[in-house]
Amino acid sequence: MPQDAVTLARPAGAAQAARRRNYARRYAWFVVPAACVVIAVILFPWAFTLYVSGFDWHLGSERRWVGLDNYVRLFADARFGWAMLRTLFYTALAVVAPMLLGLAAALCFHRRFPLRGLARTVFILPMMATPVAVALVWTMMFHPQLGVLNWLLTQVGLPPSMWVYSADTVIPTLVIVEVWHWTPLVMLLILGGLASLPQDPYEAAKIDGASAWQAFRHVTLPLLAPFIVVALIIRSIDALKAFDTIYVITQGGPGQASETINIFLYLQAFAFYNVGYASAVVVVFFAIIMALAALLLWTRQRVRVT
Amino acid sequence: MSGRVTHTAPRRTPLWYRLRRWLGRLGFGLAVLALISPAVLVFLWMLSLSLKTELDNTAWPPVFLPDPPTLENYREVFARNDFLLYAWNSVVVSVTATGLALLVGVPAGYGIAKMRAMRAAALILIARITPGLSYLIPMFLLFQWLELTGTLLPIIVAHLVITVPIVVWVMISFFEGLPGELEEAALVDGATLWQAFRHVAMPLARPGITVATILAFIFSWNNFVFAMVLAGRETRTLPVAVNNMLTFEQIAWGPLSAAALLVTLPVLLLTLLAQRQIVAGLTAGGVKGA
Repeated sequence: MPQDAVTLARPAGAAQAARRRNYARRYAWFVVPAACVVIAVILFPWAFTLYVSGFDWHLGSERRWVGLDNYVRLFADARFGWAMLRTLFYTALAVVAPMLLGLAAALCFHRRFPLRGLARTVFILPMMATPVAVALVWTMMFHPQLGVLNWLLTQVGLPPSMWVYSADTVIPTLVIVEVWHWTPLVMLLILGGLASLPQDPYEAAKIDGASAWQAFRHVTLPLLAPFIVVALIIRSIDALKAFDTIYVITQGGPGQASETINIFLYLQAFAFYNVGYASAVVVVFFAIIMALAALLLWTRQRVRVT
Repeated sequence: MSGRVTHTAPRRTPLWYRLRRWLGRLGFGLAVLALISPAVLVFLWMLSLSLKTELDNTAWPPVFLPDPPTLENYREVFARNDFLLYAWNSVVVSVTATGLALLVGVPAGYGIAKMRAMRAAALILIARITPGLSYLIPMFLLFQWLELTGTLLPIIVAHLVITVPIVVWVMISFFEGLPGELEEAALVDGATLWQAFRHVAMPLARPGITVATILAFIFSWNNFVFAMVLAGRETRTLPVAVNNMLTFEQIAWGPLSAAALLVTLPVLLLTLLAQRQIVAGLTAGGVKGA
């Protein structure tokens, strides 16, 4: 349960610390209702998933305790391996592109210009839009014969693309939607960082005769690094979690060409009703996300020190 | 004061310098245009598709401006697809899930901020970053067993997974930012902890509560996967209902776009109206978090 973060640094302060802890404990009642909800809808499902992952359990038939068998099966399952690789590929693209674009956009929106507020509001609209609605519009735009995107390509002299209808292009195409959808969040996080930067180093750089690029490279970028890392953490986790748009647009197809871990998990659980096996996928996926978050947090600590 | 000096200064600058600055501005303007045009164009195309006949929607080359615009697609959406029932389901789910989250989440945010309970805060953060899909297997099994799958209750409960962490998280950062002196004064005057919270801290945190409400509502409204798995025929929320239109009417683009636009319109309007609060909430949670 919630604990007081006061540390018992000095023996002399022990009594005082105990009093502070006592004082803090009086606030515990404020947390009780939310703690009950969190236990019921968050912690219980975690524990139950871990429990179910020990069963060979198809919905509708008898369940059988198999211990770690599901995990052994999982690591031998080529379909899961491919899903993992696809997730990695998708995540890499869906992190790098929004980070670069988001940084550029934040630098633009940090400058003053007429109608800046309006432009920024329009820029963040995609992020708040309902993913399913957005995915449906993109599906129509990707249509190989009638879609507006192929018309645009032919107008500038490029050959039409198969977009999500070809195994070769489906993942980069889905990343386009992800970039469109989530670059605004990266922009906002970095823009918040830019607004909090001190002005003195820039004046010093100016006096030293630094060019705009040098000021950016040697002043802005190092000062901004902690915010960039936070944006990176959030973006990486969101990219790993991507489900709605992929499911609506391709449902993992064509064939299994866009079947990421999330889609694999969904199909195992709610199309094949293979709940024991799917629970093992959840546990592995959860571990991956936690490991990634820990790694990135560790990076953040290092960035802060240097 | 020094207006004269700054006013005359640019006139003395050489022509090439002014030209370069002018070109720089033009380039910058084009960059901003390039940044916002994908957002604008996708939404405009959605609107255009929803206002055209099926003939125009499948024309090659594409017809961009609806001529004449027709509301037939919207009429069809309302007439055929139980759209109003699903809209009502969405409203009930999002409002209830947000309301319950505020009820438990605002005091919790206060308590965690006061206790500096970093472990509880970390737990909330973990809950926020785990994929929604990972909560669904236990919930699906449980609600089937309880035979509640034909009601909205499972969907509301599942949506608490999204709304409670958002509310708690935003409220922690807001209550941490408040000065504690006023509540301490109230406590010295003999108020109980609850009274100090209810009548001193909570009114001060009203902007934070607004932010938490807006974000929780939007994320609940936009959620797809929970209702996708837990909803029956009568209990679908709008995103699920609209997705089902795609699977059954492959090429009816007009009604599909009209429905998609109707689903996302409340959220877009809310974003336009409360842009400042949304930005504050997302960046406070993001930058302070992790």
